[in-house]
Amino acid sequence: MRARVALVLVSHSERLAQGTVELAQQMAPQVLLLAAGGMTDGGLGTSYDRVFDAVSQGLAAADGVVVLADLGSAILTVESVLEVLSDDAERVVLADAPFVEGSVAAAVTAHGGGTVAEVLESAEHAGSTFAVRNGGLGDGSAPAGETARDVVVSDPDACERTVVVRNPLGLHARPAAVLARLIAGFDAKVTVNGVNGASVLELMKLGATGGQGLVLSATGPQAREAVAAVADAIEGGFGEV
Amino acid sequence: MTLDVAWAQRWARESAAAIAAAKDELVELDRQIGDGDHGENLNRGFQAVVLKLDLIPDAPPLIGDVLKTVATTLMSSVGGASGPLYGTAFLRAAKVSGLAELDAHAVVALLEGALEGITARGKAQVGEKTMVDAWSPAVDAAVLAADAGASPEDVLVAAESAAAAGAEATIALVATKGRASYLGERSIGHKDPGAASSVILLQAAVRACGAPA
Repeated sequence: MRARVALVLVSHSERLAQGTVELAQQMAPQVLLLAAGGMTDGGLGTSYDRVFDAVSQGLAAADGVVVLADLGSAILTVESVLEVLSDDAERVVLADAPFVEGSVAAAVTAHGGGTVAEVLESAEHAGSTFAVRNGGLGDGSAPAGETARDVVVSDPDACERTVVVRNPLGLHARPAAVLARLIAGFDAKVTVNGVNGASVLELMKLGATGGQGLVLSATGPQAREAVAAVADAIEGGFGEV
Repeated sequence: MTLDVAWAQRWARESAAAIAAAKDELVELDRQIGDGDHGENLNRGFQAVVLKLDLIPDAPPLIGDVLKTVATTLMSSVGGASGPLYGTAFLRAAKVSGLAELDAHAVVALLEGALEGITARGKAQVGEKTMVDAWSPAVDAAVLAADAGASPEDVLVAAESAAAAGAEATIALVATKGRASYLGERSIGHKDPGAASSVILLQAAVRACGAPA
């Protein structure tokens, strides 16, 4: 199944755009990711034509397009393209998000079948995900964990389970993306040590390593199935054991 | 003199010629407070505009058609920030110029569209040592002139002289937007290159009102 939303990644550097596509594609293989980096003469900068072509290609192939851009005039170039394509204004948006983190988060959400609004939100949330960590909240698990437990008590479908991470590298980028995609497929809200399990960035931020225990909590109609699937994936070691 | 499609085409060609003639001056202004590429970038863009106009055999029906060609060509061939800025200026001007001929109030609308495009992209306000310091007084002067019953051509003349005064006034300003803002106080004493090129474009618009080429 092809994702509904395509991403266009715009960077001053052709190689940075292509590299970010490569990185995000590994975590979200079913999403159309289009790189639009550099000038047509090979130099650093952004090319209106390259961005225009990539956005047009995305609009032709998907229901909607979310664009991420790196710095300064890249934003101006994207805005110019969107202004010219204003007939499609509801189908294409520019995210206010950090380039690499936002691209990864957006790609994983798009892979899970997200709409333009959901993919945009995911990209833009990537910034605050890191801001929270910089704010010194530590691993964030204690206060969020309490919240999760409150929900458990009030929801008859809720369930909770503790699993141990088996692969030595823990929840690095690829396994985090696997879990986030898996969770997005269930009609359930799943937290892992209190953080949103559908967010690849929040899972990565846990910094969970091999041998560490993780508390899975879920609410919603498919809570049990979701927890079972997530537990299987974690205990299966993501093919790394 | 009517401001029609032929005027719009002359404006684009006059702009290209004037930017080419002023290229070194713009490069020098930009070298003092920017990265020195404004003259080269704009010249490349307007030369591309001329090539594009040459490829269109028949005059399009509306002024907005000409301005849209200028807009998209500048966007695709001017690097840096000035491509999106001028590109959007011409694009917004094109949107309100779906006419065969401009009266005085339509000239005001065109200039307002251009200013709106520049502020939409650049987020600059008056007094920040940018293109806006030329275009904003130009729009104010155009409104006054049109309300006083001036001809379309005289509205442009009023806009151009206000823009020129605005650009001169940027010499005393501290840059707070764009690359020149990195210099802070040291940007004082230099004219903003974007304001300078804005004046060149408005002078070309006035010249295009003269005897047909």
